[in-house]
Amino acid sequence: MNHLNEEELILHYYSEESDAFAAEQHLDQCEQCRAHYACLQRVLNVVDSLPVPVRSEEYGSEVWRRIAGRLPSRRRRWWSLEGSWQWAGAAAAFASLVVVAFMAGRMFPTAVSRKVTPVTTAANVADKQGGQRVLLLAVGDLLDRSQMVLIELNHATPSENLDISAEQSRASDLASENRLYRQTALQTGDTAMAGVLDDLERVLVDIAHEPSQMAPAELENLQHRMESAGILFKVRILGNNVKQKQEAAGSVGRSGGQKL
Amino acid sequence: MDLSDGEYVTRARTGDSDAFRTLVERHSRSVFRLAFRMTGNEQDAEDVVQESMLRAYKQLSKFDERASFGTWLYRIAANCSLDLVRSKKRRTQNQVLAPEGDSDLENPVMTVPEPGPNPERMALSGEVRERLTAAMGDLSATERSAFVLRHFEGMCIEDVSRVLGCQPGAAKHSVFRAVQKLRRALEPVVSAARS
Repeated sequence: MNHLNEEELILHYYSEESDAFAAEQHLDQCEQCRAHYACLQRVLNVVDSLPVPVRSEEYGSEVWRRIAGRLPSRRRRWWSLEGSWQWAGAAAAFASLVVVAFMAGRMFPTAVSRKVTPVTTAANVADKQGGQRVLLLAVGDLLDRSQMVLIELNHATPSENLDISAEQSRASDLASENRLYRQTALQTGDTAMAGVLDDLERVLVDIAHEPSQMAPAELENLQHRMESAGILFKVRILGNNVKQKQEAAGSVGRSGGQKL
Repeated sequence: MDLSDGEYVTRARTGDSDAFRTLVERHSRSVFRLAFRMTGNEQDAEDVVQESMLRAYKQLSKFDERASFGTWLYRIAANCSLDLVRSKKRRTQNQVLAPEGDSDLENPVMTVPEPGPNPERMALSGEVRERLTAAMGDLSATERSAFVLRHFEGMCIEDVSRVLGCQPGAAKHSVFRAVQKLRRALEPVVSAARS
């Protein structure tokens, strides 16, 4: 009688053998193989008890919060669905301004008064100038805050396990906002702004993806990448342009925007 | 209204981020369990969960709607885990010079963290638990992955080989080697615990 070898017993345990009936029959008749098989079962039962840290019901929501800002936009599909977007460019641009203005109103409570109401917001962005002003205001604010994160990391002193989790959290949020403005800039035909925002978004996402505890070499590597991309310089230039455009938009518009 | 995964995938493909959010909320815990068993490290498992979800989102257009989203996501997570374990291993090998005679560096990152007390963990005696932790840590990345997918996730050898990107025969042998190593390490203590 041929005994079942260890591999056959393993296959039998996982029900992967070619002839389950024959193996079963042999185990019924052979005490030695039965003992080996019982031992294998005991060992694998112990393995089943390998502890795994428990995650709560809310874990999925936590994961979502962490990745939401890093999801790439589905631009291509959007454009392909629109097909004739160039023909409807003006209408799309106007619609996006309304969206951005609304989002800006909700996302920037410090820059925009909490007294704003949907009715007044809609009324103010109904004209294109108003929408552009709000967009410029929002982008200017985004650039300022991004610059702060970049400068902090650029000037951070390498040390063992430097904790950059706070900067990462801000970078992740900023990347999420950035995407919205980049899309709007593209739709309004401001390719220069869209280009810089695209570069900035990549750097922000890059920061958010780094380990939260950075070794000196990792920090230096990140600083080198930021320097190579010239991102701080680009952000400063765009920030200045945005401020000039805001001023050009007129003192009436600016004061109106601040009261928003 | 509870839609199926497939319906949420269809919506997510059109840019509906809320639909993808539902998928993330549904599957994160099970992906975490898989990632933890494969990496043996809680923080690594967290990273794998996030990376897997991001990869899944980017590859939604490649998903065959006739397949199970959960299985597809598991494959992505298993690959992420393997990538991470292998890259950490390479990094560690580059950075750390092995002390002479130290044979334990075959798989330096595959260590299960010291578990805290909870009812499930208390069920195992200290010695058995230590042996199990060490034995899992002694498996190579491929052996551990193949074993986790076959034993804990219930994938057939054919599916394991697809996830690992190898021939079914190689996947089968990885499972064999893993079980044999575990058996050699645990049999003495399991038998002693019974007697």
